[in-house]
Amino acid sequence: MLKESIARLGNRTLQGVGRIGFAVRFFVAIMLHSGTAFRRFGLTIREMYFSGVQSLVIILVSGLFVGMVLGLQGYETLQTYGSEDALGILVAMSLVRELGPVVAALLFASRAGSAITAEIGLMKATEQLSAMEMMAVDPIARVVAPRFWAGVISMPLLAALFSAMGIFGGYLVGVQLIGVDEGSFWSQMQSAVDFEQDILNGVIKSVVFGIAITTIALFEGYDAPPTAEGVSGATTRTVVTSSLTVLALDFVLTAFMFRGLS
Amino acid sequence: MQHDNLVEIEDVAFDYGARPVLKGINLTAKRGQVIAIMGSSGCGKTTLLRLIGGQIKPRQGTVRVAGESLGELNQAGLYRLRRKMGMLFQFGALFTDMTVFDNVAFQLREHSDLPEDAIRDMVLMKLHAVGLRGAAHLMPAELSGGMARRVALARAIALDPQLVMYDEPFAGLDPISLGITGNLIRRLTDTLGLTSILVTHDVHESLKIVDYVYFVSEGVIVAEGTADDIRASDLPYVHQFVHGEAEGPVTFHYPAAPYVEDLRLGRQSA
Amino acid sequence: MNKTILDLWVGLFVIVGIAALLFLTLKVGSMNTVTNSDSYEVVARFENIGGLKTRAPVKSAGVVVGRVADVRFDNEVYEAAVTLRLDKRYAFPKDTSAAIMTSGLLGEQYIGLEAGGDSVKLKDKDRIMITQDAVVLESLIGKFLYGNAQEGAPK
Repeated sequence: MLKESIARLGNRTLQGVGRIGFAVRFFVAIMLHSGTAFRRFGLTIREMYFSGVQSLVIILVSGLFVGMVLGLQGYETLQTYGSEDALGILVAMSLVRELGPVVAALLFASRAGSAITAEIGLMKATEQLSAMEMMAVDPIARVVAPRFWAGVISMPLLAALFSAMGIFGGYLVGVQLIGVDEGSFWSQMQSAVDFEQDILNGVIKSVVFGIAITTIALFEGYDAPPTAEGVSGATTRTVVTSSLTVLALDFVLTAFMFRGLS
Repeated sequence: MQHDNLVEIEDVAFDYGARPVLKGINLTAKRGQVIAIMGSSGCGKTTLLRLIGGQIKPRQGTVRVAGESLGELNQAGLYRLRRKMGMLFQFGALFTDMTVFDNVAFQLREHSDLPEDAIRDMVLMKLHAVGLRGAAHLMPAELSGGMARRVALARAIALDPQLVMYDEPFAGLDPISLGITGNLIRRLTDTLGLTSILVTHDVHESLKIVDYVYFVSEGVIVAEGTADDIRASDLPYVHQFVHGEAEGPVTFHYPAAPYVEDLRLGRQSA
Repeated sequence: MNKTILDLWVGLFVIVGIAALLFLTLKVGSMNTVTNSDSYEVVARFENIGGLKTRAPVKSAGVVVGRVADVRFDNEVYEAAVTLRLDKRYAFPKDTSAAIMTSGLLGEQYIGLEAGGDSVKLKDKDRIMITQDAVVLESLIGKFLYGNAQEGAPK
């Protein structure tokens, strides 16, 4: 009994490591075949429509609400210490550093990541990828790489939009609704938020998340068993794996970026 | 023509892991002929097509297309050779995110710098050849199975290949579409000077149009000959296949332990 | 979908996205970050810096003129050595004093510079001699309780 479960654990581990190995090779293949994605940028633009533009609504609406909640909760907490003026700092800092990149990435993983996996998985299941190969067109260059770069370009833009929308939401609730002084809201925010430390690091985070999510989504689709069951399983795995990866990466990146501050 | 035989397969063996699929196949396809590879489901016919297309490499033996041995080609050489091939996949494998027109234009756009006007004319010509010029603006989802198959055929011949392979071109078609597709394959082969290899288990439809037939069973070629030879053949396997009989050398049961033993009849039940 | 419309949408998306980035950079953050090239550093020693952290603002007359670049403990004199990175546009006299202040009662701590009257200006790697420590609330309250709040301000 015990022997069996240890063997199962070992087997699982080996499989997991093997898959990571495949994923890394897949990533390298994408890098090597990225020429087409830039030479014929139209292909990448098309994919940006599907991953970027179509994620806009969910990103903007969620950003607005997250910002509004931050404004409300932040005010409740800050006013007990009599420092409502710092509301701008609280809203902006939490959005720019953490919530913007992370929540936008989680939404992106479930909105665009799952769609990418399902699409690639179905293309594989219906032999479209094989057909492409038989037509002497490399599917990695023609199908995978443009989607990868579209995701990597879209992610920081979406994260920035999320943060901007969130700050606007915080402003609406804090300044317009509750009545925090508008001048101190913005000026405190400006003096506290640093370009390099906060905004640039947030952008770097979102680029890393974009790379991670699109790689996982594309790999899961490309690796999916060519059945309805296989594709749906791969789609679920994309959302779970990329969400966990985003959170883990966020911890690592935060530890590196802001360690000097504590 | 430098070679009379466009495709030459010599003593090819292939296996998926421990399961042998092909064990020493010899097969040739002459230019201008329609060749059929027949056999029951799962006998390795599709594997054979994938070997000719270079998507998989044989464990043993050589596959030569237009005089070039596929095993010795690198990726670039393989892609170069594949431009001389077209392939019709089982369910068409049309790109579902493109219109019929864009599907047929795909290779022209990928492999040539032709102006859009020229591409348009060529695509409409190919679509006309399969009788679907009027469907150019439709999406693959709006096509019937037979129409999708014909669009895929137009796409396969878009670059005027020398060799076209068909994976089960008759599967899942109604009798009318069946006849249309069969005639189309024969006509295109003759008018465009193609060589066609079709993999099928539809005996009656394919015997009407093919020049030469190979029967594959258990990974080896069990019979070959012209359509008339096959019809007249008295080999038990071919006879069973052509006449669709349930009993014969191919049994209904997958190899298994004796029935009685499996059901634990002879034993004392607990 | 029509290719032109698709391109238009993506173009719009990129423009709005970049606008959001610009908004974050200019309106939310302060782009006038003092970088190494256009700044100079001076050191000030404090007996107690309270809760001062690196990157805290350095203000003079309420205007941000620089940031705290480094906070170290000087093991020879048992004091905190704070490195201030000041914008080159602002030159201060040599007898400028630095004080650790708190914005509001419990707000963030920053360094306030008060210009002196010397005609010689501070140069890179110079030291600010006159400093005023952070007000530690606990000791302030303690002193108040013992009745000498009038002399509560340290030093």
